[in-house]
Amino acid sequence: MTSERDLVVLGVGMHPWGKWGRNFVEYGLVAARAALADAGLAWRDIEFVAGADTIRNGYPGFVAGSTFAQALGWTGAQISSSYAACASGAQGVQSARAQILAGFADVALVIGADTTPKGFFAPVGGERKEDPDWQRFHLLGATNPAFFALNARRRIDVFGDTPDDFAMVKVKNSRAGVANPYARFRKEFTLEDFAGSPIVSDPLRLLDICATSDGAAAAIICTPEYARARLGTLEGTVRIRAVANTTPTYPQIRLELPDIATDSDAVVAAPALGFKDSIAHNAYEQAGLGPEDLSCAEVYDLSTALELDWYENLGLCAEGEGASLVRDGTTALGGRLPVNPSGGLSSFGEAIPAQAIAQLCELTWQLRGQAEGHQVENATVGLAINQGLFGHGSCTILSR
Amino acid sequence: MTSPERVPAIDGWFTTSEPYTLIGARCTACGTYVFPPRSGACPNPDCDSMELEPTPLSRRGRVWSYTENHYAPPPPYVAADPFEPYALAAVQLEAEGLVILGQVARGVMAADLAIGMEVEVDLQVLHRDAEGVDHWIWTWAPVASETKA
Repeated sequence: MTSERDLVVLGVGMHPWGKWGRNFVEYGLVAARAALADAGLAWRDIEFVAGADTIRNGYPGFVAGSTFAQALGWTGAQISSSYAACASGAQGVQSARAQILAGFADVALVIGADTTPKGFFAPVGGERKEDPDWQRFHLLGATNPAFFALNARRRIDVFGDTPDDFAMVKVKNSRAGVANPYARFRKEFTLEDFAGSPIVSDPLRLLDICATSDGAAAAIICTPEYARARLGTLEGTVRIRAVANTTPTYPQIRLELPDIATDSDAVVAAPALGFKDSIAHNAYEQAGLGPEDLSCAEVYDLSTALELDWYENLGLCAEGEGASLVRDGTTALGGRLPVNPSGGLSSFGEAIPAQAIAQLCELTWQLRGQAEGHQVENATVGLAINQGLFGHGSCTILSR
Repeated sequence: MTSPERVPAIDGWFTTSEPYTLIGARCTACGTYVFPPRSGACPNPDCDSMELEPTPLSRRGRVWSYTENHYAPPPPYVAADPFEPYALAAVQLEAEGLVILGQVARGVMAADLAIGMEVEVDLQVLHRDAEGVDHWIWTWAPVASETKA
């Protein structure tokens, strides 16, 4: 059952993902205007702008809310700008949602866009010896794929997963991504393609690891009352059931990017629910829903192996059993619970501040039945989950 | 082998003469451990101590996971040219309840490692700077009896 507190996703829009190196603002404008058109609103109708920041495009990226508001033309709208690494987009959604639920606005635009350099993500420049990000690169050469690989190795040695299980995640996601006009990589991969893919961080190959991309996504959210006034009815609208942005509970004993060490559990025992489990748990609690209610999920597949972790963190199966869900087709399009019907990060590459908003766009299209070519049949509840650096977990649940 | 003039790639994280150990920090009130070492607030949410003091950590631990970099990491890593693949290991220190990432001793590759294998702290040169000064880093090295080969 939805309530008046379950805000409506009135419109969504994206700029296709790619690698063009153009100004991120340009991509953002395309996404914003697409979302406005989808919502049937004019830019002047927007009362609150929540920008998801990018740290790789100079000052305009640090104050993204302001940058996009200016690019669209100053209207005196209220504003916020948020940075939470991969969770920045979800942070924007939370900011807009809180502002609306507090009664300070009825309708808000959430927007994120990025332009990314080629190759490994490197820390921003300068010798910053106190910065854990600088430390892990300079002292260890611990790249993002190296962290993904530590996790993948655990899956192989502890759970008995195989590199083929990981490859099957890519095969599945690439098959879905072929039909998605916003995806950057629209090519179907096979297990055979993996043999020729170079090892980046053992045991992960280049094809196991998501690329970095340019892209933009925007969403317009509003009160049910506002939507009712615009649409005449709430029938068929997509509602926000949960936005849970969660920190770990001490001690966080799982080695996570970008940390060189875990917390210590010598004095304080580790919590019963690990960090990534708690992200989904909090969203389920907020929505009054559980894994059994999901029609589809968008999870942050920074690596293929990481997608299998999310199956377990979402409670779709017990710990260690994630690979069975990709082996038996459960999480493929047409399966019982499709995961990453958009094609996932494996088909998109990551455009950091836009990615969590893109997850929301995909779920909205799925719930409306508008995901042509990659539609999950009769989707009624969708979940999106990701994790920003330093313990910025985020999980969003939508329903219709 | 011991050389007191060894320049660490980062100050205060490990000893530069034998016995080589990592240096963490420990809360003087609740006793919890921290690595990398730092001063200031205890990370335990139920402890309001502001006193963390440096403490040597166990020399040996067991491999929690490992990987092998096949491409040169970007700066600020100073990569050898040509780049030689090397392994990283996350190692669990039982007494301290910490898992700590480190480079694996040069020449020991992923194929030589296994989860649960016992390793110990050693040092190696991370890079040589423009003035010809070597900068040293801790490594995880298999304990002799545990090497697969």
